[in-house]
Amino acid sequence: MTPASNRKLMAIQVDPTNKPYFDAASEGRLLIGLCKDTNKHFFYPRGCSPFTLSPNVELVEAKGTGTIYSFTVMRTKEPFSVAYVELDEGPRLFTNIVDCDLDSLKIGQKVKVVFKPTQEGSPPATMFTPV
Amino acid sequence: MSIKGKGYIVGAYEHPTRLASDKSVSQLHAEVAWGALQDAGLSKDDIDGYICAGDAPGLGPLNIADYLGFTKLRFIDSTDVGGSSYLLHVAHAIQAIALGRASCVLITLAGRPASEAMATGTAPRTWGVNVPDDPFEMVYGRTVANAYAIVAMRHMYEFGTTSEQLAWIKVAASHHAQHNPHAKLRKVVTVEDVVNSPMISDPLHRLDCCVITDGGGALIVASPEIAKSLKRPLVKVIGAGEATKNQAGGYIDLTYSGARFSGARAFEEAGVKPSDIKYASIYDSFTITVLCQLEDLGFCEKGKGGAFVSDGNLISGVGKLPFNTDGGGLCNNHPANRGGITKVIEAVRQARGEAHPAVQVKDHSLVLAHGTGGLLGTRHGSATLIMERE
Repeated sequence: MTPASNRKLMAIQVDPTNKPYFDAASEGRLLIGLCKDTNKHFFYPRGCSPFTLSPNVELVEAKGTGTIYSFTVMRTKEPFSVAYVELDEGPRLFTNIVDCDLDSLKIGQKVKVVFKPTQEGSPPATMFTPV
Repeated sequence: MSIKGKGYIVGAYEHPTRLASDKSVSQLHAEVAWGALQDAGLSKDDIDGYICAGDAPGLGPLNIADYLGFTKLRFIDSTDVGGSSYLLHVAHAIQAIALGRASCVLITLAGRPASEAMATGTAPRTWGVNVPDDPFEMVYGRTVANAYAIVAMRHMYEFGTTSEQLAWIKVAASHHAQHNPHAKLRKVVTVEDVVNSPMISDPLHRLDCCVITDGGGALIVASPEIAKSLKRPLVKVIGAGEATKNQAGGYIDLTYSGARFSGARAFEEAGVKPSDIKYASIYDSFTITVLCQLEDLGFCEKGKGGAFVSDGNLISGVGKLPFNTDGGGLCNNHPANRGGITKVIEAVRQARGEAHPAVQVKDHSLVLAHGTGGLLGTRHGSATLIMERE
């Protein structure tokens, strides 16, 4: 058994375009991009559609549940798991799996979103934990 | 219009150092440039084009071209797609030559991550400011190692690939490196050595990772007229392809790399198929990098890379596809954390018949060099070159 560490997290670089995403994260809500031309969700959020490049996009709230698409465990002094989580809405996002036994993680495992504090004045990080 | 036959690699030089604590990065660029000129039998004033990438300090074509003393360049390029840059630089140089905008183009790479004690693979690293994906990735401790390991994990899940199969790639590289006096790691290792080495990022062990070295390399690409006036074996570029692969808005598929696209383009231009290639330089930042690229270039079916690399199939004189006969990035050299130029250099040695006799592939004329730059598991550049000994 290898408990996920509570390693110190770096501050996140908030910019004018990604600020609404991080403001919502601070309120405990996970937003994802929606391309209104194709009705397809995307991640990471941005001011243009990665499918059409059109500015016809909006942020919508995700359910916050998904499955592990792939992962790895960094065997550092403070071990942690880097993963792609496939959200129920479709997009796969780069994240950490936390509050778990790192040796028990499996591809396909169900997870839900948790928000972990980073630095003073910086928004929290969007992470996931096994359901 | 094709670049097929429009340019030759006339000079290739790999710096022998692996630890350059007594030299600056710019000086290393100068030494590899000089080495390539000596190799080709050219002088500085023959060069009318210069290409470098992000390893070149400052604005490379300005600061490094100045250090090297070039005052009459008529073609410059600094496309930076990480370790794959130098392969597509060769293609870009030939495009310029084909259009008559250059006749003799120098490409250099150099760096000192070992002297600078850089934790290349295990410390978070980014490529500048205002990078749009950084806020969504850096806080999660994204490193080079875990951004490749995550691909290996999915490959194992999808195709049943094993750590022992990945280990064979390192074993093959080590068999070649024993003959290279400059290689950082010259000891022959076994599958057991690899799978028993410390776990870095599941499922990649320390010996699944490439070395961290100082040094560099340079290439000179010239027109057919210049190439034929020199006294070196003729190595003609007959096909090239480049591509990028990324997260596609969150629909990333980790089971393939950009080699699927750059490789297909290069093979089409060259008019040859993977089974015609008797030597391949395959970018080996990690063992998994090699596995994915071999599949995506078409050397074996998707998902069958594990079986393909096993039992010494990549060892010269033993297997069907000798690879990285200099020891590659896994054992020999990964200068500036960018292995693209050394991939081309060893392919040129093989095409010329100038590889170490113990690893030289016999009776062949076609070689391939392929590079992946950036991160296999997020976004990367991909470049493929096919060359023919004339």
